[in-house]
Amino acid sequence: MSATAQPGLRGKRILLAKPGLDGHDVGAKVIALALRDAGADVIYTGLRKSPAYIAQAAVDEDVDALGLSILSGSHVELVAQTFDELAARGAGDMAVFVGGTIPAADREALEALGVKGVFNSDMRLADVVAQVARALA
Amino acid sequence: MITPSVSARIPSGIEVPVAVTPQQCGDGPGAPGQYPFTRGIFPDGFRGRLWTVRQYSGFGTAEDTNQRYRFLLDQGQTGLSVALDLPTQCGYDPVDPMARPEVGKVGVSLSNLSEMEIVFDGIDLARTSTSFTINGTAAILLAMYVACADKRGIARDKLTGTIQNDILKEYVARGTWIWPVRPSMRLIADSILFANEVTPRFNPISIAGAHVRDAGCTAAEEMAYTLANGLAYVDELLRRGGEVERFAKRLSFFFYVHMDLFEEVAKFRAGRRLWARIMKERYGVEDPKAQMFRFGVVCGGSSLVAPQPYNNAVRVAVETLAAVLGGAQSIFTCAYDEPFQIPTEFSAELALRTQQIIAYESGAARTVDPLGGSYYVEWLTDRMEESIRAVMEEIDRYGGARKAIEDGWLQLRVARRALARKQQIDSGETPVVGLNCFTREDRTQAPGETFRLDPQASARVIEKYRAVRERRDNGAVERELARLQAAAAGDEENLMPYLVDCCHAYATVGEMVERLKREWGEFKEPIRL
Repeated sequence: MSATAQPGLRGKRILLAKPGLDGHDVGAKVIALALRDAGADVIYTGLRKSPAYIAQAAVDEDVDALGLSILSGSHVELVAQTFDELAARGAGDMAVFVGGTIPAADREALEALGVKGVFNSDMRLADVVAQVARALA
Repeated sequence: MITPSVSARIPSGIEVPVAVTPQQCGDGPGAPGQYPFTRGIFPDGFRGRLWTVRQYSGFGTAEDTNQRYRFLLDQGQTGLSVALDLPTQCGYDPVDPMARPEVGKVGVSLSNLSEMEIVFDGIDLARTSTSFTINGTAAILLAMYVACADKRGIARDKLTGTIQNDILKEYVARGTWIWPVRPSMRLIADSILFANEVTPRFNPISIAGAHVRDAGCTAAEEMAYTLANGLAYVDELLRRGGEVERFAKRLSFFFYVHMDLFEEVAKFRAGRRLWARIMKERYGVEDPKAQMFRFGVVCGGSSLVAPQPYNNAVRVAVETLAAVLGGAQSIFTCAYDEPFQIPTEFSAELALRTQQIIAYESGAARTVDPLGGSYYVEWLTDRMEESIRAVMEEIDRYGGARKAIEDGWLQLRVARRALARKQQIDSGETPVVGLNCFTREDRTQAPGETFRLDPQASARVIEKYRAVRERRDNGAVERELARLQAAAAGDEENLMPYLVDCCHAYATVGEMVERLKREWGEFKEPIRL
């Protein structure tokens, strides 16, 4: 484990996913590497996955948290669909985080859907990792 | 918050002396307009012709986008740059479940020829150079543009503009791939060979480093990856029987400009020289026009940040100056609000004015390569060329760009570099004003106007899509799609004429993509972390 290790993340399983058609995956990959450095087991879906695929993967992999990366502006629809798909699989209480180009005005809408944290590229990695660790404690 | 300091290293890692002496410079850069074109491809720089002012734009419906284009052209923009929505880029029709949430979001939806006719309504295609940022479905959009010109009675050889058509970098960053590498490369060769014949003034490819740069790599790597991909396309075209002296004249390039002004200028000078040398030394190209490295740039991207967003306008001005001093052929300036929304008309206009101020007030366009002969710039151009060559040699040792991408080797390299860049910003090693230094808690909110897409846009797109499918001759569509699929099953034929016929019949992008998927399958993304 590196200097950025978060004891709270050790052994936690986290799925990072790219719902929809957005192909900007650098943020998801950077977060994946940072969470892994912090001690988590990280799975990354790759690009262009449907909310149903992602929800099924989250259930199959028995993850503790799901991170969705969306930079195309479709975050509200895609996050709502993902929650619906999770609920349909009995996993509606999954800890879900969202990262991407999220206008401040949409944060509330995402939080109302049940999102535990909304991240953008300006945030420090240590802060993102700490917030995820707190939510999973 | 950190206390910033001035680093001795440029972001590509090269350590810069406090003062560069004349003895540290090489033999000098030669003359502008002459091989190896260090000082630019034209002997008269921008005095002969200014760069093309080309703002990337498009959203919602074809009607909305047509209105924004007419506004930009009225305001003195000199070329169009079409932003397409993700369904069009990834080959889904707007009614596809994967497409629905994305219709009209990051660009305009152009699912078939009738939408393109609306986008260009009232715009003279024979006089307006139009660039399409399109890759996975680039051949289809070129075919649609040709069909659109046909419908208007405009001769095909009058068309000017560019399609990005660079699939290799899509596998590395940006991600709008559809088919596996081999058939995708075939389609790119088809479109370039077709364009050379039919639309000879149109650039059928713009080999792009911009997205890989924005994804995290350094300036030197950006240039190296781009040139390596360029060579992969040259080799594919040669394998297909193309004449390098001919097709090389229509290869163009595209890059990001980030904030280190001199690193960027040196990157362009070094890349231009290196490409000319490779074309001459490796491929024996003699015609100077086929050795020339012509490029467009985008200023902004991940160098812009959300806190204190008006600072971004200043950043874009510095980057535009770097692009001009580097000798760019076309420039797109990002709007200051790009980190958090689609630009408003206000922010888009300010971005356009930035170029016009640099063009007509700053004097930077007055003489060719004004930094030529600067000890620092010449020294740094040499160092950048060495760095670029070193990265290209690494790719060669791995087995070439194509293999590096198919294996996911390059993707992993870029991701690791992105992590390092982020960590340098987090630690303050890379100062970013307003983000990690000189911050103000009360200035973190986005100011000014917010852009709101018309919430009805996607419903209107879908309604129009259904109407087109109702009124077209579905028998004719089926015949053209079947001919396309049959041609794609073999390796011999150029698919472009088939795609043009499909577009004329109002076949949709999704239908054409689907037929090709039946023959070629889909790309399987290598996931390595």
